[in-house]
Amino acid sequence: MALDKSAVAHIARLARIRVADGELDALAAELSHILAWVEQLAEVDTDDVQPMASVAAMRLPMREDVVTDGDCRDAILKNAPQAARGFFAVPKVVE
Amino acid sequence: MSDLTGLSLAEARAGLLSRQFSARELAQAHIAAMERARPLNAFITETPERALAMADAADGRLKCGAALPLDGIPLAVKDLFCTAGVLTTAASHILDGFAPPYESTVTARLWSAGAVMLGKTNLDEFAMGSSNTTSHYGPVENPWRRPGDNRPLVPGGSSGGSAAALAAHAALGAIGTDTGGSIRQPASFCGIVGLKPSWGRCSRWGVVAYASSLDCPGPMARTVCDAALLLQVMAGHDPRDSTSAPLPVPDYAGALVGDVRGLKVGIPREYRAPGMPAEIEALWRRGAEWLRDAGATPIEISLPMTKYALPAYYIIAPAEASSNLARYDGVKYGLRVPGDSLDDMYERTRGEGFGAEVKRRVLIGTYVLSAGYYDAYYLKAQKVRNLIAQDFAAAFANVDCLLTPTAPSAAFAIGEHADDPISMYLNDVFTIPANLAGLPAISVPAGLSADGLPLGLQIIGRAFDEATVLRVGAALERAAEFRHRASFLTA
Repeated sequence: MALDKSAVAHIARLARIRVADGELDALAAELSHILAWVEQLAEVDTDDVQPMASVAAMRLPMREDVVTDGDCRDAILKNAPQAARGFFAVPKVVE
Repeated sequence: MSDLTGLSLAEARAGLLSRQFSARELAQAHIAAMERARPLNAFITETPERALAMADAADGRLKCGAALPLDGIPLAVKDLFCTAGVLTTAASHILDGFAPPYESTVTARLWSAGAVMLGKTNLDEFAMGSSNTTSHYGPVENPWRRPGDNRPLVPGGSSGGSAAALAAHAALGAIGTDTGGSIRQPASFCGIVGLKPSWGRCSRWGVVAYASSLDCPGPMARTVCDAALLLQVMAGHDPRDSTSAPLPVPDYAGALVGDVRGLKVGIPREYRAPGMPAEIEALWRRGAEWLRDAGATPIEISLPMTKYALPAYYIIAPAEASSNLARYDGVKYGLRVPGDSLDDMYERTRGEGFGAEVKRRVLIGTYVLSAGYYDAYYLKAQKVRNLIAQDFAAAFANVDCLLTPTAPSAAFAIGEHADDPISMYLNDVFTIPANLAGLPAISVPAGLSADGLPLGLQIIGRAFDEATVLRVGAALERAAEFRHRASFLTA
């Protein structure tokens, strides 16, 4: 499926990636080219085939519902671009 | 002391145990080699002080006869593994300044076994690429050049820095990750050994995630035996990665002792890709002859879904990446570009922090997961993935492993394939199927191209049968007698 400029702008918005207006056309062409190529999968008959999300033949194990980690607030905040009073700080969300 | 850098890991271990040289001397020789190799841009961060401190600790144990399995062995670590307190970049601008407060399980196991960290190696940004040209820290140069041709070549990717460091003798061993060929293809391009273990064999805890259902940490080395020694320490269940397999880890070095007599080796006819260079097909045929001479039986088999592996991968991997990379939001770590609102800050940070290939994949992934397109793309690709896994399962009912070329070409020039993403993606045509099916696979240097560059052959095995993969890889290695050295070392 060919993507146009407005479709790419919409996807970029969903992905929270700023794309300059001037780059949208070139990106639309590139992404359309890739999508056209992956669409060859349509040739494959997949009726009655289960989707495979993981190659692991196991069920994920359960463990005791206990705290195994934590008490490391300052170590975690150390990498934050902005932190205040023991929290990550972000631009104001609520007026 | 530069001859210390030409040893294999196994030889260096023997030299350390017999006190022919100290771990400090070995570390110093490799620190010097790492400095000489700087023009290749293989390392993003060098950690020489840490290396010397770890070497001194190893010397203490070696002196009192309490040596650990990898005591004093200098290793290069792909900068996708989190290392406590040491800059970890994933070669992305968006992780600027990130020093993890924790250590990945795989690196922690290596250090607990006495290994010495030389530094963090360059890669394609977030491991997305096949040429190591998408790194925010610049491209890596392959230590190999074509004789009489001075143009720099790519080392392959995404673990290009680890492969280049090994080929330039700037490390005795290295670790990488392989999501679609990122250990094996650079191993082929740089004339070294690269092993992608089964999915789940090595813990992914503390490895920056790209496509979680495909990502595999694994060893890179100059010999098959060295790769086995590294895997021995890296492998095993980790309670912190619930998808790591709760299976016993066999003795991999011990598996190399056996021969390949009686083994059936599948030759998948669909890997005879249109346009594949004749020299690669010839090398492949020679590989089959070597294994026949060693007592194995090559058998032509069919994997009919092979041609759909690449397009299925380029739906599944970007889909998982778009989800995994949602965490880079300018809040918790790395780059933040200020904006007028929270959303504006997210968009600016991600717009500036991600490079072109990462953006491409995140956008494709967002699209194939979005409402109205999920079934047509993502679900379809997951079904095709199942068929690809069934192909392999059927093949392994009749054969013990598969022999294929690792890559459809030798190393190419930096800048080649840059204008067409799909022509770059085709580099991984022979490696991606094993990722989709979760199978172990090794690339072993097997010969030189007509223009003097290394070419690898690949052995793919049954899930969790790394032992057979290593044993057949060792048989190939013995027959190929690949003794060539990168032009960087001989210039």
